[in-house]
Amino acid sequence: MNQYETVIVLTPLLSEEIAKEAIAKYSKILADSGAEIVQEDNWGLRKLAYPIEKKASGFFHLTEYKSSGEVISKLELELKRDERVLRFLTIRLDRHAVAYNEKKRSGAFNKKPKQEAAV
Amino acid sequence: MAKDQIQYVTAPKVDDNRKKYCRFRKNGIKYIDYKDANFLLKFINDQGKILPRRLTGTSLKFQRKVAQAVKRARHIGLLPFVADQLK
Repeated sequence: MNQYETVIVLTPLLSEEIAKEAIAKYSKILADSGAEIVQEDNWGLRKLAYPIEKKASGFFHLTEYKSSGEVISKLELELKRDERVLRFLTIRLDRHAVAYNEKKRSGAFNKKPKQEAAV
Repeated sequence: MAKDQIQYVTAPKVDDNRKKYCRFRKNGIKYIDYKDANFLLKFINDQGKILPRRLTGTSLKFQRKVAQAVKRARHIGLLPFVADQLK
């Protein structure tokens, strides 16, 4: 069991509900294949740094989960087939990343990894 | 008067005695988050290129991680591949 995280970028042309539905579909794929979802984070509509498929913005969604490696290929196949997905990125988290995410989730610092010792 | 007229062939180096250091080692940062685009801005120039170690002072170990994080951020559209006036 490794810990992974996937960022999905969806087209901005979707309505909020349809975007949520699309995300729910992928969460379901993960849950069905026995992945344990650690956290989900919806960043909402964000501007892109450069146009992707002629879109200037996208819905960002982050999922962090524990699973075996086979689940990834299954998830990524679905992501590739989906035309609403502009980009996706899956990475395996090492122990430092897991610690960092846990700290971030518990609100030990706001967004910035450094300067947290100020207060 | 003669003192005011000293000329240098090359410009004298000013505050060169400040030693560069790796900010990750110094602050004990072990993981560089590719989702934090504002933080990664410190490691790219205004064209969006990754700055070399000789300018930022980052140690080799963390330079690799910085590069990886910047590339990931570019892929998901948080940082540009090419830019004109980023800063």
